[in-house]
Amino acid sequence: MIGSNKKTTMPLADKLVSSFLAFELDIDIQSPVHNIRTDAIKKFEKLGFPHRKLEAWKYTSLNKLLKEDYTLFSKKKNVLDFKNVKDFFLDNTESYKLIFVDGFFDSFLSQTSHEKVDVCIMSAALSKAKYTSIIKKYFNKSIEKGDSLSQLNTAFSKEGAYIHVPKNIILEKPIEIIHFATGNESALMLQPRNLIVLEEGAQAEIIESHQSLTDNPIFTNSVSEIFVSKNAHLDYYKIQNDRLSSSLIDNTYISQERDSNSKIHTFSFGGKLTRNNLNYYQKGSYINSTMKGITIIDDKQLVDHHTLVDHANPNCESHQDYKGIYSGSSTGVFNGKIVVDKIAQKTNAFQKNNNILLNDKSTINSKPQLEIFADDVKCSHGCTIGQLDQDALFYLRARGIPKKEAEALLTYAFANNVLESVNIPALKSKIKKIIANKLGVEIGFDL
Amino acid sequence: MLTIDNLHVSVEGKPILNGINLNVRAGEVHAIMGPNGSGKSTLSSVIAGNEAYEVTKGDIIYKNENIIELAAEERAQKGIFMSFQYPVEIPGITVTNFIKTAINSNLRARNEEKMPANIMLKKIREKAELLEIDSKFLSRSLNEGFSGGEKKRNEIFQMAMLEPSLSILDETDSGLDIDALKIVANGVNKLKNKNNAVILITHYQRLLDHIVPDYVHVLHEGRIVKSGGKELAHELEEKGYDWIK
Ligand SMILES: Nc1ncnc2c1ncn2[C@@H]1O[C@H](COP(=O)(O)OP(=O)(O)OP(=O)(O)O)[C@@H](O)[C@H]1O
Ligand SMILES: [Mg+2]
Repeated sequence: MIGSNKKTTMPLADKLVSSFLAFELDIDIQSPVHNIRTDAIKKFEKLGFPHRKLEAWKYTSLNKLLKEDYTLFSKKKNVLDFKNVKDFFLDNTESYKLIFVDGFFDSFLSQTSHEKVDVCIMSAALSKAKYTSIIKKYFNKSIEKGDSLSQLNTAFSKEGAYIHVPKNIILEKPIEIIHFATGNESALMLQPRNLIVLEEGAQAEIIESHQSLTDNPIFTNSVSEIFVSKNAHLDYYKIQNDRLSSSLIDNTYISQERDSNSKIHTFSFGGKLTRNNLNYYQKGSYINSTMKGITIIDDKQLVDHHTLVDHANPNCESHQDYKGIYSGSSTGVFNGKIVVDKIAQKTNAFQKNNNILLNDKSTINSKPQLEIFADDVKCSHGCTIGQLDQDALFYLRARGIPKKEAEALLTYAFANNVLESVNIPALKSKIKKIIANKLGVEIGFDL
Repeated sequence: MLTIDNLHVSVEGKPILNGINLNVRAGEVHAIMGPNGSGKSTLSSVIAGNEAYEVTKGDIIYKNENIIELAAEERAQKGIFMSFQYPVEIPGITVTNFIKTAINSNLRARNEEKMPANIMLKKIREKAELLEIDSKFLSRSLNEGFSGGEKKRNEIFQMAMLEPSLSILDETDSGLDIDALKIVANGVNKLKNKNNAVILITHYQRLLDHIVPDYVHVLHEGRIVKSGGKELAHELEEKGYDWIK
């Protein structure tokens, strides 16, 4: 090939594997975690990145993403000025804050706690003796062994949110976790690792987002392990409203014990490629697991929701309600797997995925995947794909509401019931604003 | 106020209106009657700007402007209102917030300030009272699960709020019980003045007993085949449509 000056960069998987040793030597770590990581990098080396031939990755290709030459560990610690990033925080709301910048903890922007609860960071939890017992008990315990991306994250797990809420403690203010990327490096890969433990009867509200401040490519492979003990109650909100230069793979594992309740809302509005692997494991009876989502994307964006609910015990519930609105040549994927074990009698499992395609270039691939081995269960799933109702649109316009706003109103009305269960007022209005913005209108949705 | 000149309309290539001529002046009430499928609702929708219908020929002049090319919202903003024969159910938007959004959209189109919340509320209360609408009703999703009569009453409530120049009421009487008919007719009469006009589409004389028309037109197979004064409606009630077809 004459004239070809193709760059020969090492494939990302190889680059990761070969940088592992140096990375390990560089950090202060407890030996049990050292073994877990070493094991994880071996697993990743064997599995490699997922590809389209795998059923679970049929519609989502990482090929383009993996071609970038990412910096794996940012060297410089960048300083952010609060006034430049305050829009990414909740308005007028007291909160704990765990803020990371290019993978480093930012103590100026953060507001941690060691009183009663631990709202602090993984690097401390993985190295300090006082956290050893919790780390031993929970760290890497819920990860899907065959998931190469989770293994990869484990191998490089170093920084992220560490939250431990002791027995019967009810957090009076929410926790905001934000991972910023500043563009220090021409392309950056981030692998935050979060561990969240709610002990018996504890309650917490958590809001998590990944926010790039640059047009340089950012690739985030995040893992969150969440443990919700007996009678505990968790409300978790993921805001995915990133730039088109950023991609996110979010692997979240939630293990619940009896009588616990956990709700995850995922709002996916931005990013180039977003893959959510949301896995629920029910480890006791009378558990309630709720997952809701609103996806609104355009251009060439892709959002892929893969959910799994493992009903392994009797008398539990799960509720899934995902709404998607697609325009441009965007792609949506919804794959909802529900497994009901033989002993999980009296399970109630509900799944809804409703979609609106605003034009004929956008696509949605929606698939329920039910594996039911018990006989006394109530399971339902429903998927709809449609357009905006033209008669309704005319009705609104005939009252003087301009077309664009009429479309926005109908779209909003369509997604509204997912927003209704958001319990933090400042968050709700923030999301309404993002939606209005996304739909290109200035109206407030006080419907 | 409104002049329709030789209007031809098709839907999916099928002609439905075949040369309508109609002239409505400010202060007038016109009734349009005619058998099922004769094109009454099509005519109202086309005046209101429904893009599902294709105008193949003719003009619609409203307040000295040809509005054929205008979008539905622009026509509404200029004061054209249609009460739907079949109002659409829209879950997730309450009646109150819908009407607020509509009013403020109209104001904005005229470069006017938003209506202050307290004035809006007062107006909503006033008009709801006029039409004897329960306030509970206003916080429900628009038309969702409303009875036939409730939907129609809600249409006239919207008309009262928007105060249009030209109102086209497409079978607003059907679905209303006798008491509701009186309330709605009374509401329309109260809103009526020398600067606005009403086109009533109906099958029955009983509405015209309450809202008395200046002219009655009979639509048949997409044409106005007969026009007359209010006595024409009585004649139709007695003899049916056969004699004029
Ligand atoms: N969207 C449409 N697609 C196809 N045909 C239509 C459409 N709308 C109206 N038509 C046809 O046009 C004709 C006129 O319909 P229209 O609804 O205007 O009648 P109408 O006079 O209002 O009748 P009714 O008294 O029953 O309300 C009918 O034959 C109807 O089937
Ligand atoms: Mg009709």
